[in-house]
Amino acid sequence: MKTLVLVEHDNAEVAAATLSTVKAASSLGQEIDLLVTTSSQDVVQKASKIEGVSKVLSFVDGQFGNEIAEDIAECVVQVANDYNFFLASSSTTGKNNLPRFAALLDIQQISEVIEIIDKTTFKKPIYAGACIATVKTNQEKNVLSIRTTAFDKASAESGNAEIVEMPLTDTSSKKSAFVKNELTESDRPELTSADIVISGGRGMQDADNFALLDGIASKLNAAVGASRAAVDSGFAPNDYQVGQTGKSVAPNLYIAVGISGAIQHLAGMKDSKTIVAINKDEEAPIFKVADYGLVGDLFEVLPELESKL
Amino acid sequence: MKILVPIKRVNDYNVKVRPNQSNTDVDLSNVKMAVNPFCEIAIEEAIRIKESGNADEVVVVTVGDEKHQEQLRTALALGADRAIHVKTENPLQPLDVAKVLVKVFEKESPELVLMGKQGIDGDHNQTGQMLAAMLGLPQATFASKVELQSGIVEVTREIDGGLETLKAELPAIVTTDLRLNEPRYASLPNIMKAKRKPIDELDLGALAVSLENRVELVAVESPAERQEGVKVESVDELVDKLKNEAKVIE
Repeated sequence: MKTLVLVEHDNAEVAAATLSTVKAASSLGQEIDLLVTTSSQDVVQKASKIEGVSKVLSFVDGQFGNEIAEDIAECVVQVANDYNFFLASSSTTGKNNLPRFAALLDIQQISEVIEIIDKTTFKKPIYAGACIATVKTNQEKNVLSIRTTAFDKASAESGNAEIVEMPLTDTSSKKSAFVKNELTESDRPELTSADIVISGGRGMQDADNFALLDGIASKLNAAVGASRAAVDSGFAPNDYQVGQTGKSVAPNLYIAVGISGAIQHLAGMKDSKTIVAINKDEEAPIFKVADYGLVGDLFEVLPELESKL
Repeated sequence: MKILVPIKRVNDYNVKVRPNQSNTDVDLSNVKMAVNPFCEIAIEEAIRIKESGNADEVVVVTVGDEKHQEQLRTALALGADRAIHVKTENPLQPLDVAKVLVKVFEKESPELVLMGKQGIDGDHNQTGQMLAAMLGLPQATFASKVELQSGIVEVTREIDGGLETLKAELPAIVTTDLRLNEPRYASLPNIMKAKRKPIDELDLGALAVSLENRVELVAVESPAERQEGVKVESVDELVDKLKNEAKVIE
């Protein structure tokens, strides 16, 4: 049997999350095919260059310009006979699409896999990462969403997969339709794949103060993140949120500024290689996980830090 | 219009849950339990829709043992009209919960199902999508805004790059994100009133849902502990450590 990986993209580039998912798939030791639903042939070409992939099943049509879960799940069902593993990353796209497909095939999905021990045994965090569960599947076919920060990335350029154009049936969903997107504009690296992340919390006090992080982020080529408190207070956009209910990051360096370190935030960043905490409260729980802690007023520390980088 | 709100009993979100001594499961003895935060947001949204005149009835449902009635009473105190308790002693996985909810959906025929995007215990983020698939209905997950128009729900969704808006025909399944609303607190008079609201009890066995042990829990362990690091005295010392000790910046 073979493994099928769902490709994520923005109709121009393949997402880094897909490269990690392919890497995770390779540890299952079976042939790997990709499935792409897109409005752009470019993405199909790029997907075919990913290391270790045999075939790219390509569904190209205008209707896939915006991914509607109902359509995607139907495409996966069409080809499901040939596969016993179905993987996607646990991005919002993967989380939206995979369970819908899994239910159509009567499969209990396993979410947020951080380790593939063998073809039946997997590890995943539960309770906001406070515990790690080892689960064993009794199913012949399995659906896994992959916590991408737990896996390396497959090379995006060393592959030469065969492209198979799939016949399109009319899957244009009649029951739901895309209306519009409001994407956050940013020149910074993408949060989940950035090498360095600097995040602000409630201690930033207002949205304007987030600019104090921008200068440092520019010098370090870092992504900017935020705690739930900062997002809820309107200091930063929702898609900046790092934590149990936001994004999981595991950069080389994570700088937490004015963040207390609640369980829900730690769930999204405690696998970072080096953690720095800047906080005026020396009892803040964030100092329990920080490699380097600086107790001080962020309004003094941040400008000084920027000037010294 | 009727809104169905499936809810879950979970640990209080402030409690740090630990593995049991034999590392076979989590230890929930003596842990404070509550309504899952995302479910609270779903209840709140349903009540707001009713208050705005766009719904006539809000029905909450949960699947679990006798203790789950506490969470149903909480939902009733917040403003739900009635509750359904599907009784079972066994903890169910998302696929099974979705199958149970299909039966409840068929019995109730709601126009809208509002539910949390994930339980903060299993962190699966599956049940709403699975329910939508099984019913052949449209889904709008991770909602931060829900607007009802005639026969249609328009939902703003939180996605990785920002926001996305979808339109879906009713009936539809909508799962809630944190930003959707700020749930209210139950007042004492409403808590008293909730005691007289009806809870229908259904036995899981009578619903003819076939459950199988598809994914077993083999072990539960604590994640690797991080070593507590050092406190630095100055920005200079911090920059020096990052450059020369951790070697994470240049």
